[in-house]
Amino acid sequence: MPTKFSSLPVSRFFASDPRHYQIAVLAALLVYGVGWLGFDTAGREITLLLATALITQFLCGKFFSVSAFDPRSALISGLSLCLLLRTNSTFLLILTAVITIASKFVLKWNHKHIFNPTNFGIVAMLALSGEVWVSPAQWGSKLYFGFLMACLGGMVVHRALRSDVSYAFIFSYAAILFGRAYWLGDPLAIPLKQLQSGALLLFTFFMISDPKTTPDSRAGRILFALLVAGGAAYVQFVLYRTNGLLWSLALCSLLTPLVDYLLPGTKYQWTSPTNGNKGELHEKDRLVLGPVPRPVGSSGFGL
Amino acid sequence: MALSLGLLVQADSAYSFCGFYVAKADTKIFNKASQVVLARQDDKTVITMANDFKGDPKEFAVVIPVPTLIERGQINVGDKNMIDHLDAYTSPRLVEYFDGSPCQLALMERRMSRDAALPASKSLLARAEALGVTVQAQYTVGEYDIVILSAKQGQGLETWLKESGYRLPRGTSEVLGSYIKQKMHFFVAKVNLKEQSKLGFNYLRPIQVAYESPKFMLPLRLGTLNADGYQELFIYTLTQKGRVEPTNYRSVKLPTGMDLPIYIKTRFKDFYRDMFDQQVKQADMRAVFTEYAWDMNWCDPCAAEPLAYEELRGLGVFWLSHEVGSAFPGPGRRPVPPPTSGARDVFVTRLHVRYDAQHFPEDLVLQETADRNNFQARYVLRHPWKGEEASCPASEDYRREVIRRQENEARQLADLTGWKLADIRAQMNLGRDTADTQGKWWQKLWSR
Repeated sequence: MPTKFSSLPVSRFFASDPRHYQIAVLAALLVYGVGWLGFDTAGREITLLLATALITQFLCGKFFSVSAFDPRSALISGLSLCLLLRTNSTFLLILTAVITIASKFVLKWNHKHIFNPTNFGIVAMLALSGEVWVSPAQWGSKLYFGFLMACLGGMVVHRALRSDVSYAFIFSYAAILFGRAYWLGDPLAIPLKQLQSGALLLFTFFMISDPKTTPDSRAGRILFALLVAGGAAYVQFVLYRTNGLLWSLALCSLLTPLVDYLLPGTKYQWTSPTNGNKGELHEKDRLVLGPVPRPVGSSGFGL
Repeated sequence: MALSLGLLVQADSAYSFCGFYVAKADTKIFNKASQVVLARQDDKTVITMANDFKGDPKEFAVVIPVPTLIERGQINVGDKNMIDHLDAYTSPRLVEYFDGSPCQLALMERRMSRDAALPASKSLLARAEALGVTVQAQYTVGEYDIVILSAKQGQGLETWLKESGYRLPRGTSEVLGSYIKQKMHFFVAKVNLKEQSKLGFNYLRPIQVAYESPKFMLPLRLGTLNADGYQELFIYTLTQKGRVEPTNYRSVKLPTGMDLPIYIKTRFKDFYRDMFDQQVKQADMRAVFTEYAWDMNWCDPCAAEPLAYEELRGLGVFWLSHEVGSAFPGPGRRPVPPPTSGARDVFVTRLHVRYDAQHFPEDLVLQETADRNNFQARYVLRHPWKGEEASCPASEDYRREVIRRQENEARQLADLTGWKLADIRAQMNLGRDTADTQGKWWQKLWSR
């Protein structure tokens, strides 16, 4: 039965590159958010963000002499910005998309992106302008939606073989929340409510999982996940500031080169055992994305 | 009517609302409701808490958690009228339009608004002694005796409060303990009867506290302990940058801009209450509703005039300086146009939440966004033209259009409030079947 399904053209398309799943899921979430949850973003913002991301990707590709234009990574970053970024300013909207994409080409260490592009773009604008914001509660906390996102996200992550960082993060973050509730004497309903957050799941399964920016070794990734979880909790519960997840990931990303140095591993490439024998589409993707060391123009997996 | 005509003549803007304030509904629409005003810039916050405690004043006492230790000068007794004004300014509003003759297009508009002032009910009772509890200070502010407390643990504080004669609901020590570990402090306020009779107020004025803390939150948990059923909370935030939203509960804007049947004019408060009920149901009681978000400089239409400089200062807007703000022009509830100069740096957000311990287990955490898009809950009444029928060829089309429109209004109202469509249609005197009044599909095919 699985063989039958995997032989379908659609299935082969998704299997050929984990980013295809991601684009589909992010687009579906955006439709859900705009159509059903009343997101404060409209066709105009979405068009601008996606167009700017793609154009920047194209221009940076030319400037940094990357062989072929691949819209997929830029599309992922653009869609992620649509889900997260809010601002009244058209200029800042465009600027954020430019910074997000350009960061992939500029901010590198040892041929590896330092920051998850979307994370960097948003955090940079939060820090610099004060005119953008993120609405972490926009997804609500309906349980079924959380499950849905976890399943969808988990599926996508699994294909990129970086699920270890997601699971390490969510378990350590949950442990912090439950531990804190225990220490405070709070009812279980509080940490459970905090975990039932669409934004948290989106972060866990789509942003921190970015194989292009997480440490190369499994031990390194687990350490990284623990650091991000601890940092996020620190921002939220000690500093009492919002967007703890985003700030923590951005700061911890600066430590990734050190973690890679201490706990070396094999660098990620867009080849995974699960789709290693899926035929011509896969080969084509490798060509587009380039061999190891990591391709200059791709965003990596993740928001 | 003369008034509105007079204004119509004077009005020179293209958007000439010539309305006047028609009605003010009772304030008691929602039960067990509290009002909180939060004025905040950077980490400096002034919180104003209103209550509508109806019992014997000597029975009144309230335990309030605050993020920092506070001194005498940080507590004040506010003016309830200011909150009422803010409430009226931000409340959902009803706008009336009058269709002109279909033959000769003319439009007249009116608007009215309703007020949803919903004061607070918080209770816990009072007296004083010690048990791992430090009484930091004790003084009388206005009609209140204030005791400022620090405690090491919730159990001790609970015992101390009980020994002091306060009646505490079950589970208080757990919540107090949680707050203590989160480095919150407390104060207890009770009514000083002597001071109260000296001052001559027959109601309890709002208590205000100013503090500086990164915590931008409202402690809901104590309030859910002694509540049977849900509670209603109105939060008015006054900020400099823009709209305020919760970061740990979804915020939903109230439906707005709908055309409603004319008879709603006299039942607007029922409409608002039942519409809100419906919204809460649809959101599974897990959302905070945004009812108003507007630049304090103006309004259109105005349910009440924007707050004056003194009122804003009174509610804690400390960043306003005299030179900038000037008194607001314009009597009545005419729309106040966007300012050209001398703008006041205040953005108001009105949030409305219905909560209980089950659906809102954790305290409400807020953030100020940079969103300056204006939002209001506004509903429209369109009066059909009452002229001679068939006075011109267009009137037949117009009549059909009105019937179609009214049918839509009825459905819209039923959707929004959960009221029975049949009842609504009866109230509107709509015919049983509107299909034939809409005409046959071919009637317009060769019409001249």
